[in-house]
Amino acid sequence: MNATEVAERSFEAKVLEAVPDGERLRLCLECGNCSGICPFGYLMLYPPSRMIAMMRADRINKVLETDTIWMCVSCYACTAVCPSKIPVTPGLMTSIKEELLLVGNVPAELQNALANSQRYGNPLGESPRKRADWTMGIQPEVKVMAKHKQPVDVLWFVGDYASYHPRVQSATKALARVLNALGVDFGILGAEENSDGDSQRLAGERGLFEMLAEKNGRAFSKYQFNKIITSDPHAYNALKNEYPALGISYPLQHYTEFLAERIDQIKLLLKRQISARVTYHDPCYLGRANGVFDPPRELLCAIPGVELAEMTHNHSNSLCCGGGGGGMWLDGFQWEKAHVRLSDWRVREAINTGAEVLAVACPYEPPRFEDAAKTMPGADKLKVRDIAELLAEAMDV
Amino acid sequence: MMNIVVLAKLVPDLVEELTIDASGAALDLTFARWIINELFDDHAIEQGILLKERSGGTVTVIAPDLEGADDVLFTAAAKGADRLIKVRSDFSAANNHAVARAFSAIIKGFQPDLILTGVQAHNDLDGSAGPLLAESLGLPYVGYVSGVALADGKFMVKKEYPGGLIAEMEVTLPAVFGIQAAEQPPRYVAVSKVRQAMKTSSIEEMDASDLDLSGAPEIERMFQPEAAAHAEMLEGTPEEVSAKLVALFKELGVL
Ligand code: SF4
Ligand code: SF4
Repeated sequence: MNATEVAERSFEAKVLEAVPDGERLRLCLECGNCSGICPFGYLMLYPPSRMIAMMRADRINKVLETDTIWMCVSCYACTAVCPSKIPVTPGLMTSIKEELLLVGNVPAELQNALANSQRYGNPLGESPRKRADWTMGIQPEVKVMAKHKQPVDVLWFVGDYASYHPRVQSATKALARVLNALGVDFGILGAEENSDGDSQRLAGERGLFEMLAEKNGRAFSKYQFNKIITSDPHAYNALKNEYPALGISYPLQHYTEFLAERIDQIKLLLKRQISARVTYHDPCYLGRANGVFDPPRELLCAIPGVELAEMTHNHSNSLCCGGGGGGMWLDGFQWEKAHVRLSDWRVREAINTGAEVLAVACPYEPPRFEDAAKTMPGADKLKVRDIAELLAEAMDV
Repeated sequence: MMNIVVLAKLVPDLVEELTIDASGAALDLTFARWIINELFDDHAIEQGILLKERSGGTVTVIAPDLEGADDVLFTAAAKGADRLIKVRSDFSAANNHAVARAFSAIIKGFQPDLILTGVQAHNDLDGSAGPLLAESLGLPYVGYVSGVALADGKFMVKKEYPGGLIAEMEVTLPAVFGIQAAEQPPRYVAVSKVRQAMKTSSIEEMDASDLDLSGAPEIERMFQPEAAAHAEMLEGTPEEVSAKLVALFKELGVL
């Protein structure tokens, strides 16, 4: 075997070992379903099925010379439709991105987000000391664990965009007010919280993911709490499916699951009517990847006046907002290749339902969908609201 | 075999709020995070590695012993640097005159062919470090360099001038270069590679002689930008405004 052959074979071995059911890769039928359903498959030189064919022909090095794999937003659509149940997204796509990263074939935008995550513990490049700044003005005060020094019932893993992004902070504050209204005893890690690292992992930076996970694991172990809730489906995915293998394991819920369990208590507090047709976008990492479809809908339907309308693509068939797997940090790169944003397609579907509100449950989405709505004809009346914002409004808190 | 030395300067991270210390003439650096001078010194490291990859040689990266130096050095090793050196002294209070003297004493011992450093840094209060280092070493200096190459035994550099002019110069080595930009943006190294470098390479520590801060201007006062007096708007037709302007210039004695 020459050196190239060794590299080819080690890539196949890597994919087979990347995830517990990686071996299933051998069962590929070359049906092409994965490439067909991929939202950006038409722009990839080597969409998943073709990449598998290249791997079988020992020609994966050709794939490593191209950059269109960076169109992959790790949305799990391919994985969901594969008849052979091959873990295409976490196995194949993530492994190939890891290889690209090691050979230095990484778009500059993505490098920035990764370097920021290394240095500051968040991809936005914000000061870690300011991670809890959003809590200012919330009453009763949000407890920061390092200061509170007492056990809490619930540790809220807030996440990067929910902590720092000015638009998303409004949803974060709304959730804090809702939790307060319900009398939940909760705390946050503040400056001790680091990025969950999941999108960095799916963008090929496994080492960075582990570094961030270890930091979060150390912070968790300092405090006493009964469970973790999170606003961020990406953090949810990491904490649920990836952290346990690193020895970090706690009972976990997405905030929509946590609140849906308290639906009777919430209903008593929903004083205000929100008369609107509302459509709900299933975030990839809450819905398709983790099967949480009903709790967000239950919460929406509990609000008096809300009429829920489904988009054409819903539940496990939902369309990605374009932010996953590093997409959040590849907007310029992907625009150059596609001249369309995945969020544009989603907003168009939302308009077609006749909805006045596009409800979301992931911190990546408000800025992505609001940006798309700015340029999409017919979207001038469409409001993008996090479910927590709608609940806070209906509770008048 | 070219012996390349890169002086990697660290600067306080501007992501954190800056505060003035009690003396009122310096930054309070108690809680500062020190990072590589990204805009320039990171490019100096990249340029050194590119040169090595293209023409052979060794790259020694040398940095002041500030918190953050280990990260900078191990990252450089993951990129391909051969030797890592951390110089001990109280650099958080040093000016560039002192930095240049301290590092020149150590760098001299390496007998380098070329020394690369960032052309400037946001905390240059007494001129940039490159020319001071060259002066101290008694070597020629070229600043605003955006490309270096060894071809037919000649060493050529590209130097940027304002207005988009670029000069190509032949330089006799040894020399010091202030790097404006590497030929390609600094590469990203995966965390796994940096962690590997931490295991396989080591940082040598050296002591600097006492810091000599002399030669730099003395700072009397350091302060946050203060709102200046409001601008006065001159109203009227263009003719009236220009007449007022001329009168004003005369009053101020500039006409
Ligand atoms: S995860 Fe989504 S974007 Fe990536 S290859 Fe699969 S379908 Fe395409
Ligand atoms: S959908 Fe599954 S079986 Fe079909 S080509 Fe893709 S990976 Fe192979």
